[in-house]
Amino acid sequence: MFSFIIRRLLVAVPTILALITVSFVLMHAAPGGPFTNERNVPEAVMENIEAKYNLDKPLWQQYFIYVGNVAQGDLGPSFRYKDFTVNELIESSFPRSAYIGAWSFLFVVVFGVGLGVLAALKQNRWPDYTVMTAAMTGVVFPNFVMAPLLVLLFAVTLRWLPAGGWEGGQVEFIVMPIIAMATSYIAQVARITRSSMIETLRSPFIRTARAKGIPRHKIVLRHALKPALIPVVSYLGPAFVGIITGSVIIDQVFSTGGIGQHFVNGAINRDYSLILGITILVGVLTILFNAVVDILYTWLDPRVRY
Amino acid sequence: MFFSDKHAGMGELADTLADDAYTEGRSLWRDARRRFMQHRAAVASLVVLALLLLFAAFGQYLSPWDNESIDWASLPNLDEDGVPSLASQHYFGLDPIGRDLYQRIVQGSRISLMVGVLGALTAVIIGTLYGAISGYVGGRTDAMMMRTLEVLSAFPFMFLVIVLMAVFGRNVLLIFVAIGAVSWLNMARIVRGQTLSLKRKEYIEAAMAVGVHPFLIVLRHIVPNVLGVVIVYATLLVPEMILFESFISFLGLGVSEPYTSWGALISEGADAMWTAPWTLIFPMLMLVLTLFCFNFLGDGLRDALDPKDR
Repeated sequence: MFSFIIRRLLVAVPTILALITVSFVLMHAAPGGPFTNERNVPEAVMENIEAKYNLDKPLWQQYFIYVGNVAQGDLGPSFRYKDFTVNELIESSFPRSAYIGAWSFLFVVVFGVGLGVLAALKQNRWPDYTVMTAAMTGVVFPNFVMAPLLVLLFAVTLRWLPAGGWEGGQVEFIVMPIIAMATSYIAQVARITRSSMIETLRSPFIRTARAKGIPRHKIVLRHALKPALIPVVSYLGPAFVGIITGSVIIDQVFSTGGIGQHFVNGAINRDYSLILGITILVGVLTILFNAVVDILYTWLDPRVRY
Repeated sequence: MFFSDKHAGMGELADTLADDAYTEGRSLWRDARRRFMQHRAAVASLVVLALLLLFAAFGQYLSPWDNESIDWASLPNLDEDGVPSLASQHYFGLDPIGRDLYQRIVQGSRISLMVGVLGALTAVIIGTLYGAISGYVGGRTDAMMMRTLEVLSAFPFMFLVIVLMAVFGRNVLLIFVAIGAVSWLNMARIVRGQTLSLKRKEYIEAAMAVGVHPFLIVLRHIVPNVLGVVIVYATLLVPEMILFESFISFLGLGVSEPYTSWGALISEGADAMWTAPWTLIFPMLMLVLTLFCFNFLGDGLRDALDPKDR
């Protein structure tokens, strides 16, 4: 088990390296650098700026300097926000995105699995129909539709909640971001849980448990839930990535000052180091989380052995 | 609505078996069509989608305005003159800079639907071939191809596509390619799984025995037989592609003016909703309706073509 975890994490290293290389090459293939908009700067000043950011060196040297720095956890200075390093920008914004993301993820797991199990237990009766109709509706409301819709409803029309901002993450400021983020994922998870739970409940080992006279709630919680969760866990990997990328939208619409805002602004401003830094951070998180999902499998499904 | 009644189905099956068994044989595809027609939500979705296509193709002729010119007369007082009305023939109202929203939505629908279908098609072609070859050849090639897939699926592609858009400029063609190229991974996995089970079938062995070229076996025998599953997932891929494009356009990195798409329109609407909520609501309705229909259609096709997965 332990060696599997180590092996799984070691595989991640070349993937991350490939990711850095691809995004580095892409960014530097861009027509126009980060300073092309600077107007009428004397030649000498321009040279100094480029020297400061190592832009005067050949590309392969820049690449190795960058990879070396990243390996030490230094993502370099931001090209656009001149007084900040990328690390500082990420440190100030990422906790906000992570806070919203973590809550959303919690809601997705709790409500998605809960509703899915409920629907499966009451198959073809009204709770099932209600949950599945709601889930079908939820699936078609992705975060970038849900977010403005919530603002229109609760901020513009009803005036119950503030339309955006952070204010230290007070409840009224994070309610809408979390709902906008979680809705479609809750719906998906509920659908997956329902169908896999129904299948599990039909399997012979559940019939055996029932024949032994084990109470229903124990059968569901102790015997059926674990195997039924396997497809859910494999969905949660991509869902986690979706929540991270979703923060690009959420941060933008609700002006939370999260990492997504920096990413989009960076993309528009050609702030190489900032975009590269965020892409690498997200990539590392994605890869780590996929590894966690793989490790969870071994716990959920004893047939899986590494 | 979502679940066919098991008993009624069995009864019908018994009837058809009794009646038709001697009259004519039925092909798999005809069976599938019958099952599909029983899924009422899916059939209704198909009709709505057909109407949507007609709307995107010919909708522009129903209104006297066009998608680029500004209605100067209504511009000074957009909050009141810009509301949707039949009298002014701005059916969906005006957008924040005074263009006819109806025509903008017709134009946006074209882009969104086109990206959805073409993106899904690209993903299907790459994914099916990759999966079929990997599954059919097997051995070390298979292991290597699957490893590559694993590495690729660990990439945060949404971010890479955004970087791509920022680097090479906003270009619809680039969006097609980028979206299609990153969305074939799951398709490849599914097709590979199917291929593995098909590989040991007698007709494949027969083809091998008479010396058909492996590539032709994949193309003529494997691919047609995984088509059912492929069609189901392709239907579910289309809304995913539309979402992907809308996501990028919402961030302002997708299609560029004067062209637009549902995502770009929703983004504009989100900025203007304090004074002109209709600019948000109409494009949103279009997107949600389309996603609804494709999801139901996918469900119906799955019931029809992939019976074991019901």
